Amino acid sequence: MLEKSLFLLCFSSALAKQLCAPDASDGYKVRLSIRTALGDQAYAWNEDELFLFRATLAFAMRNRISGQQFEVSNIIVCDETPRVSFWFVVTSPSNTSHLVDKEEVEEAIRKSRNRINSAFLLTDKTLEFLGIPPTLAAPVSPDTPPWLIVFGVVMGAVGAGIVVMLAFSVVQKKRKKDGKVVDEAVEEETRAKTTDNGAAGDGVYNMSFSDDERFTEM
Amino acid sequence: MKLKLPNPGLEGRIPSHGELEKMEKEEAGDRPKWDNKTQYLLTCIGFCVGLGNVWRFPYLCQSHGGGAFMIPFLILLVLEGIPLLHLEFAIGQRLRKGSVGVWRSINPCLTGVGIASLMVSFLVGMYYNTIMAWIMWYLFNSFQNPLPWSQCPLNANRTGLIEECARSSTVDYFWYRETLNTSEAIDDAGGLQWWIVLALVAAWSVLYVCCIRGIETTGKAVYITSTLPYLVLTIFLIRGLTLKGSIEGIKFLFTPDVNELMNPTTWLDAGAQVFYAFSIAWGGLISFSSYNPIQNNCERDAVLVGIINSATSLYASISIFAILGFKATTSFNNCLQANIIALTNHFELPDQNITVENYGQWFEYLNQTSPGEVASLHLRHCDLNTFLDQSASGTGLAFIVFAEAVIAMPGSQVWAILFFVMLLSLGLSSMFGNIEGVLNPIHDLNLVPKWVPNQLVTGIVCLVSFLVALIFTLGSGNYWVEVFNGYVGSVPLLIIAFFEFVGVIYVRGMKTFSEDIVFMTGKEPSIFWKACWMVISPLMLMAVLIAYVIIQAQQHPNYFAWNPLYELFPQTEVKPYPDWVFAIILLLCVVPVLSIPLVFVYKLIQRRLRSSSARTELNPYCNDGFEVETREQKKRRA
Repeated sequence: MLEKSLFLLCFSSALAKQLCAPDASDGYKVRLSIRTALGDQAYAWNEDELFLFRATLAFAMRNRISGQQFEVSNIIVCDETPRVSFWFVVTSPSNTSHLVDKEEVEEAIRKSRNRINSAFLLTDKTLEFLGIPPTLAAPVSPDTPPWLIVFGVVMGAVGAGIVVMLAFSVVQKKRKKDGKVVDEAVEEETRAKTTDNGAAGDGVYNMSFSDDERFTEM
Repeated sequence: MKLKLPNPGLEGRIPSHGELEKMEKEEAGDRPKWDNKTQYLLTCIGFCVGLGNVWRFPYLCQSHGGGAFMIPFLILLVLEGIPLLHLEFAIGQRLRKGSVGVWRSINPCLTGVGIASLMVSFLVGMYYNTIMAWIMWYLFNSFQNPLPWSQCPLNANRTGLIEECARSSTVDYFWYRETLNTSEAIDDAGGLQWWIVLALVAAWSVLYVCCIRGIETTGKAVYITSTLPYLVLTIFLIRGLTLKGSIEGIKFLFTPDVNELMNPTTWLDAGAQVFYAFSIAWGGLISFSSYNPIQNNCERDAVLVGIINSATSLYASISIFAILGFKATTSFNNCLQANIIALTNHFELPDQNITVENYGQWFEYLNQTSPGEVASLHLRHCDLNTFLDQSASGTGLAFIVFAEAVIAMPGSQVWAILFFVMLLSLGLSSMFGNIEGVLNPIHDLNLVPKWVPNQLVTGIVCLVSFLVALIFTLGSGNYWVEVFNGYVGSVPLLIIAFFEFVGVIYVRGMKTFSEDIVFMTGKEPSIFWKACWMVISPLMLMAVLIAYVIIQAQQHPNYFAWNPLYELFPQTEVKPYPDWVFAIILLLCVVPVLSIPLVFVYKLIQRRLRSSSARTELNPYCNDGFEVETREQKKRRA
């Protein structure tokens, strides 16, 4: 009995190892860069963290394929390196020797990528699934481009400036014209005053020149 | 030594010293004048200090042997730049007219020099303000987080970045695609880019509102536009010095390479830079100094403006290269990081084992143990000097290199806004002088009737320039700006400056000019000025001109095109100009200076006709038997 169970155990683990191998057709390589992401607050990678990973992945599979009860044992991991990278394959819960298709796994991971990342406090860049490019976040594009708003403000200020300057010029010209009219009126008055020379009447009548000589003597 | 040209009526055109003094006191209201000396100096400094000080001089300094470049630059500054400045200031102040008026006063045959200045100012103003429009576009786009040139847009199915952006860089893509939407060749017009048209409208409107009442408004505007660049450069210098790698940049800039002094191109570039940096032959400086009071020390002004201009170039280089050193260090670190990640991933080492500090040791070790694998990774060789060498000049420096540097600095929006506001101020103060160089000759030539107000003339000039400058908003607009920049703003100016020397020193006469300067400043110009004006500076101008023409003639002119289909993309493709563009280039070089000989011949013929017809016509009102003694002659007799 004991030998049978031992044999089954060895056989299943051997089978599992065969299912999971580097460059497996239905497997993916995962790479974690914990120290890059967290610096001083990095946690050590150990068996428990690996267990969490397998559990998260099982959750992702359940999330994608409803009805099938994926367990932690369905996620098989191999080829662990000090880099913290490893390969994994997903076996079907109904038939443990049958692997779930690559596309299904990819869809599942894509769907729950955010949850997987946050379980490990990592990002798309520091938790890499080689072969599954992350869906890039669309850049936020506001309805009115911001530059148009700034343009509008500047043009408004410039337009107001032009109107103010032109109005100022017109007012100044009018003031100058009024000033010139006033000046001219003052000048004319003084001119009229200067033509009035009342002193011409004062003088001595010169007898040598008299009106008697209107008719020249023959 | 004086050129004998027929010059009747000289006394009538140029007011004598006594008449000038009388004019000062009586006709003070007629001609615009400066509120104070500071305004005048700030306007001249603002005109001279332009974009070239910030993006041409640092590039020249770094590519021609760093600190060693200062030697030819300073020599040519003293022998060529400052004498030219002094000449323009003195002649404008003495004759109290703009560029056309000044040359017409000296001798009507020389009016062509002023007309040439007018045409060059007009053509240069168009493309210069287009660069202003680009700067405004970048300024408007700096008010968002994140900066639009810091990320690539996604492609159609959101799986990756747009290919053109991924292959070049985010800043390249933003400049060539989202700003210019540049076509692959100058033949391909590409249609008007509406956002650049809007920016152009903004640029010309801002210029109009500042120039609307001539030097009354520009005189106030220069308090800001001429002083702001210095403030911003200081802020950038202080910030730059706190960033990592800035000292390497400054060291790289000033490392002298004395061998460069043997290279004639260095001297040519220094001469050209000194000449163009002082905005000579545009006519703006003559106009500005004509608004001065007659007893103003123009010699001191010229020396002051010259020194401040060169000091600004130097100061700007230090600031710019501090930031560029930071950028080079960042690029170098990024290069190293890429290599580190490749090595870490390939050899499955724990991450962060290889760092920037111990990269060298790890690389040695891995190369020794498994060289084949290391070779298969195709690691990029990272060298700090290569990155420092990637400096650029012109629009490339501002819109690509510096924009990239700004993204890497924390608080990018503030630095971007500051930088582009500084460029805007620099360009705007130069445009003031440019507009003055266009408006004043139009005034002097009496092209518009007197009843048309100045504001309308300014508005029409701005509108016409805007409409013609729409060429530069096409898809191929960038290539056309390069054409104008390289050919209009170079050879014609040198020729005009040469004729300015001839006109003042040889037609008016060194003796008369010296008397003018004695009257204005109170002392005789020293032997240094006389030697420079008569011999040294014109010779240097000729040398720069001839060398420039020879270098241009040696090869068919070509341009750098941004072609995503080019095999070596993202490098720019070198394409020759097509023949029709070449014809336009020749026209641009020749037509402005054509007015000099044309007007000369026209005036000679006119005078010949007039003198021959005067003999046959008898004026019943003018009896030559009685000569009316002019006040001048009476004074001279007394």
